Amino acid sequence: MAQPLLQTIDLSMHFGGVKAVRHVNFRLAEGELRCLIGPNGAGKSTFFKMLTGQLQPSHGQVLFRGHDISQAYAHEIARRGIGIKTQVPSVFDGLSVRENIWLAASRICSGERARRLVDEMLERIGLTEAAERPVGQLAHGQRQWVELGLVLSTNPELILLDEPAAGLTHEEVLKTAEIVREINRSKALIVVEHDMQFVRMIAKRVTVFNQGSVLVEDTVENIMLNPLVRDIYLGKRAAA
Amino acid sequence: MSGRNLNLLGLILVGIIGLVFMWLTPRFAELDTVLDLTVYMIMAILALSLALIWGYGGILCFGQAAFFGLGAYTYAIAMFNIGESTIPFLLAILLPAAFAALLGYFMFYGRISDVYLGVITLTVTLILFNSVNSTAGPEFHIGVARLGGFNGIPGIPPLNLPFDKNAPISLEGMFYLSTGALLLTYFGLRLLLASQFGRVIVGIRENERRTELLGYDPRVYKLATFTIGGALAGFAGCLFANWGSFVSPTIFGLAQSAQIIIWVIVGGRGTLIGPVIGCIGIQWLSAALGANQPSGGSDLWSKVFANAPLILGVILIAFVLLMPKGLVPTLADVGQALLGSRRRRKQRGLEAQQAE
Repeated sequence: MAQPLLQTIDLSMHFGGVKAVRHVNFRLAEGELRCLIGPNGAGKSTFFKMLTGQLQPSHGQVLFRGHDISQAYAHEIARRGIGIKTQVPSVFDGLSVRENIWLAASRICSGERARRLVDEMLERIGLTEAAERPVGQLAHGQRQWVELGLVLSTNPELILLDEPAAGLTHEEVLKTAEIVREINRSKALIVVEHDMQFVRMIAKRVTVFNQGSVLVEDTVENIMLNPLVRDIYLGKRAAA
Repeated sequence: MSGRNLNLLGLILVGIIGLVFMWLTPRFAELDTVLDLTVYMIMAILALSLALIWGYGGILCFGQAAFFGLGAYTYAIAMFNIGESTIPFLLAILLPAAFAALLGYFMFYGRISDVYLGVITLTVTLILFNSVNSTAGPEFHIGVARLGGFNGIPGIPPLNLPFDKNAPISLEGMFYLSTGALLLTYFGLRLLLASQFGRVIVGIRENERRTELLGYDPRVYKLATFTIGGALAGFAGCLFANWGSFVSPTIFGLAQSAQIIIWVIVGGRGTLIGPVIGCIGIQWLSAALGANQPSGGSDLWSKVFANAPLILGVILIAFVLLMPKGLVPTLADVGQALLGSRRRRKQRGLEAQQAE
């Protein structure tokens, strides 16, 4: 079996007596797009934080291309090639869109190359017109694009997206799905999302989290039909 | 006019005003005034050191006076021992920088939160104040230099031309040196802030977590910024010890530490020219109010106006409440709003013409 791009072994995170993530064994293949779903408090965001070095696991390992990164700092993990778009857009509000993207691009290249990369990225996220505006003045959807632009500009191998479709209009959701599919042509992705329609648009395989552990992992079609998943997650959402 | 052109115009303007000021002042002003202006220039360098680390780096340091005082004391002590100013001058920059690096290392690599950072820097300053203040006895000396405790160290020999102790710098020369140093510091910092390093430190101020997730190590950048700020404050301290030929522990005092922060608040964080204007303006005002004191009348208002700390306190509160961004950023906002409304009026005029 080929070496996975990302693997977690017995990964756990405890906050005092609360076990937010419990013994998670997860594998992601090179170039794969995986969705994570699960009720609130299932441990998805904590899992993402451990993958990106924002939290150090209480127990277990995170292997990225075979290297143990579970004790590494966030900036070291970013340099190894894992980028994250957080749930609430985490951008530089006081700086212009161009300065935001430049800050990311200039980590991997400089001078004319960085400037070209910034122009290309502005085009790709559709914000060339708004390039000189402070990001703090943009609408929620546009700030999401800026953050995605930031992440893509550092050219990571694996991108984690935490609820990319939250708070977006229907058109924006469609555009996001298209962008995610396009990114997946060259990169691996893990996407946390509640919107099942969106999940169906983008994913083949889905991992369901519940109470800090992996409940089931299967194709999106089978997940939708799984009675256990319907009961604890989809059913409740449908009822709501 | 684009932001870039405006920026360039501002830089040219600062350069021209600075050079003209430097050239004209000693020719037309009394020596007393030149001496007063010299200390304003020195303090403005100190203001710039905090403008960098707080205004751009987002590190609220209550202890900039520690590095300033260390620079002054290092120069004084080294000068009495060596007698020639080149090495004391360099030591007065290097030692505070090294101290800032050491302190910064423990604070930033220890992941101390912002509030504690303020507390630690203030505490360090006050420890230095108390330590130096209690060294009055003859047993406290470094080489031939007595520390003097609360009496301070008087009669510090002036700077000389590099490696030539027979060529001391005159009072007028000190004015040129301080003003030139201020201009160099200003332009040097502008260059630094325009570089990738400068943009990353602004990024860290805006959103440290995001900067980290992009692959930058904030600790390295903060430490470097803090060290540069310490070096600049030490440099200003060295010039200050020269200016008065005297240094005392009050240089590490609470009043001195607070003053630097007030200059930056009044002038405006996130700009360099703001803190320079804030520093010079407040010092000028303090001096003007202080000058009223001996001849102040006996009625209530002249007593109130003769009370410099009271007036300065009111100014500070007024700025924090009414102009929290500070003078320069607020003026820039007003300017931009006026330009915007003029542009809109022009556009409306054009549309009206087209409609006709």
